[in-house]
Amino acid sequence: MPTVKSLEDLKKLREEALEKRKLKTTPGNVQITVAMGTCGIAAGARETMKAILDTIETQNLTGITVTQTGCMGLCEKEPIVQVTVGDQPKVTYGKVNPEAAKRIMQQHVVGGKTVEDMVIPL
Amino acid sequence: MRELALHLLDIAENSVAAGAKTIQIFAEEDLVNDRLRLAVIDDGTGMDAQMVAQVTDPFFTTRTTRKVGLGIPLLKAAAEACNGFLAISSVPAKGTRIEVEFQHSHIDRMPLGDLPGTWLTLLVSYPAIHWIFQYKNGSSCFEFDDVLFKREMGDLPLTEPTILTFLRQCLQEGVADIQGSAVIQ
Repeated sequence: MPTVKSLEDLKKLREEALEKRKLKTTPGNVQITVAMGTCGIAAGARETMKAILDTIETQNLTGITVTQTGCMGLCEKEPIVQVTVGDQPKVTYGKVNPEAAKRIMQQHVVGGKTVEDMVIPL
Repeated sequence: MRELALHLLDIAENSVAAGAKTIQIFAEEDLVNDRLRLAVIDDGTGMDAQMVAQVTDPFFTTRTTRKVGLGIPLLKAAAEACNGFLAISSVPAKGTRIEVEFQHSHIDRMPLGDLPGTWLTLLVSYPAIHWIFQYKNGSSCFEFDDVLFKREMGDLPLTEPTILTFLRQCLQEGVADIQGSAVIQ
């Protein structure tokens, strides 16, 4: 069974991750929340989440927490993604398909600039 | 929803909302008996008999608590249209078990879809929950229990890029290695 290979592998993995963490790639701690109610999932939230995780991987972005939330009562705006950078106020984005997610990652999470045309005014 | 893996994600979200500490997600392709089986088992708050009866009713909604929605009735209808069923057994304060079966070869059966994608999403989003994933194909089985992994990672978030790559590959390869490997005798 090709599960976790060995304890040694995991220890090595942890070391690598710690090493990489020292090179800061994002401006302060970033929290990303993807809405995953039935409405969000049906609108493609898992693919949005995948695009976010993909970007973290391919661009080696450290210090990002990704979580989920349920339906926010704005089903028609799903998939919804919220981004909080450092102690700045939370920004809520609507209709975030995988492409838009990559844009938000690039411009907001890495660059620190809100993607104005995708913001849902709350 | 066009994938069974998305329905599994949807059901697992209910388990998370029910405060589960351990959640198991199973998928099995049994070509010998022509069945596709899915299960989500949790140790959350559970439901009484009356609520169990209500959650498969599309006209019942718990919108105030947002614990269950349209997801389960839709999946139940899809399973029943494919010579299958959806069964819920639940004990208050103990947990809930949802089992779904389809005729594997039924023309209307949704594809299983991206199972590793569903698993990875849940694993990184809810690190406080103990996840057990299992995929069976005939006599081959892939199981991922996150206990050892999380213990070794300690306080490192699973969304660190190196860890994410490892987890994604582990889940994807685990499923791919045995997918389509079963032979009908």
